[in-house]
Amino acid sequence: MSNPQQLRYSKEHEWLSAVEDGVATVGITEHAANALGDIVYVQLPEVGDTVTAGESCGELESTKSVSELYAPVNGEVVEANQDVVDDPALVNTAPFEGGWLFKVRITEEPADLLSADEYTAFTAG
Amino acid sequence: MSTAPRLTALDALHRSLGATMTDFAGWDMPLRYGSERDEHNAVRTKAGLFDLSHMGEITVTGPQAVELLDYALVGNISTVGNGRARYTMICQEDGGILDDLIVYRLGETEYMVVANASNAQVVLDALTERAAGFDAEVRDDRDAYALIAVQGPESPGILKQLTDADLDGLKYYAGLPGTVAGVPALIARTGYTGEDGFELFLKPEHAEGVWKALTEAGAPVGLIPCGLSCRDTLRLEAGMPLYGHELTTALTPFDAGLGRVVKFEKTTNGGRFVGREALEKAAERAETAPPRRLVGLVAEGRRVPRAGMSVVANGEVVGEITSGAPSPTLGKPIAMAYVDAAVAEPGTEGVGVDVRGTHEPYTVVALPFYKRRK
Repeated sequence: MSNPQQLRYSKEHEWLSAVEDGVATVGITEHAANALGDIVYVQLPEVGDTVTAGESCGELESTKSVSELYAPVNGEVVEANQDVVDDPALVNTAPFEGGWLFKVRITEEPADLLSADEYTAFTAG
Repeated sequence: MSTAPRLTALDALHRSLGATMTDFAGWDMPLRYGSERDEHNAVRTKAGLFDLSHMGEITVTGPQAVELLDYALVGNISTVGNGRARYTMICQEDGGILDDLIVYRLGETEYMVVANASNAQVVLDALTERAAGFDAEVRDDRDAYALIAVQGPESPGILKQLTDADLDGLKYYAGLPGTVAGVPALIARTGYTGEDGFELFLKPEHAEGVWKALTEAGAPVGLIPCGLSCRDTLRLEAGMPLYGHELTTALTPFDAGLGRVVKFEKTTNGGRFVGREALEKAAERAETAPPRRLVGLVAEGRRVPRAGMSVVANGEVVGEITSGAPSPTLGKPIAMAYVDAAVAEPGTEGVGVDVRGTHEPYTVVALPFYKRRK
């Protein structure tokens, strides 16, 4: 699997897109999706919610387990992907594309987001 | 106790297939190879291949082998014909379930008891202790066998390509010695998936060859390797209990709705067997003051109930989930739960499951959730 170069990554396995007009898209990585197995339920933050980097803002449930969804940045949720709520398998099949989770207007970014290469090294270790 | 996980004879093969491995009862076992939903559906519609070598085989032989088993287990093993198998349980003196088992009669005075991996030592110890005074030998054969299961509607056609054994004559819950892919195997028509299928007990050194032969024979009709994750959803849909979930030492077979496995009418040893007195009381209690009943629950929503979550109705806790999973066949989360009699009738609505603070609505249904068309 390869992690797209244009994205940045958290150690909790979220990715963050390039920021455009202060807004970035958030999802979970292919590595995380593979580790979870078939995802059957996704609970996303709601539009207007304030999220905090490193804190839980939702839930991903797979056949075997439940995992917290962590926000990679501080900000306000401006859109949630209804497609993954309706069809959680999208997170498995297209984690970096159609399986994105929410969009956030960033108020603060943590300093420790990883580049694609750093994240690849992180998950290899 | 050693902390290093035990590896099956197929370990290297699983890794070469890219399996996600998991610790199960001290064994490193394949959880899934790809999508567990695809694996589940393959078993329901085509065929799946499982490594179940973690299961615990115990051989009981000798002139009084059957007397020992009738004394040590709750079933009437005397009525098991040569080449047949029986689902049964082993209980404590107080009636609590130590394990559920399949007993295969391999010969006139030879039986193989197959225990759950997590309980194999307990069952071995109990059988050994209970064998005192019987002219019978209890032998630990856990390392003598690898166990490969091929399950699903295509499994007879796949296995037929690799054996001359009379599979058409092999009934459900029967087993016969034969040859599979050129090596000796005990071929049993048993499983834990709710589908037709076979379990093959063979020497560990033959496991890889048989696995590859089955893969080759089965791939054209859709057979894929399957892990323990889908085995759990398959058995749950089929309403089959799992030790540690639906069955524990705190429950008797009657509490688990499986009182039918207890045979008070057996006559060997003067009708004496371990747990008899306690089980007679449990049977009476089940009649007069039924405890919580094991039921099925089908979710209206999408959140998945998990073992240990509370079942609630009208603001009261009325039961507890023992197993829960998203059901690929039903397309909804399902669960087994022990619930109070008042809410145990199939069709009961308005039952909730406390999923991390929110009450998800469920409907009570009769088990199993899924039954194959014969």
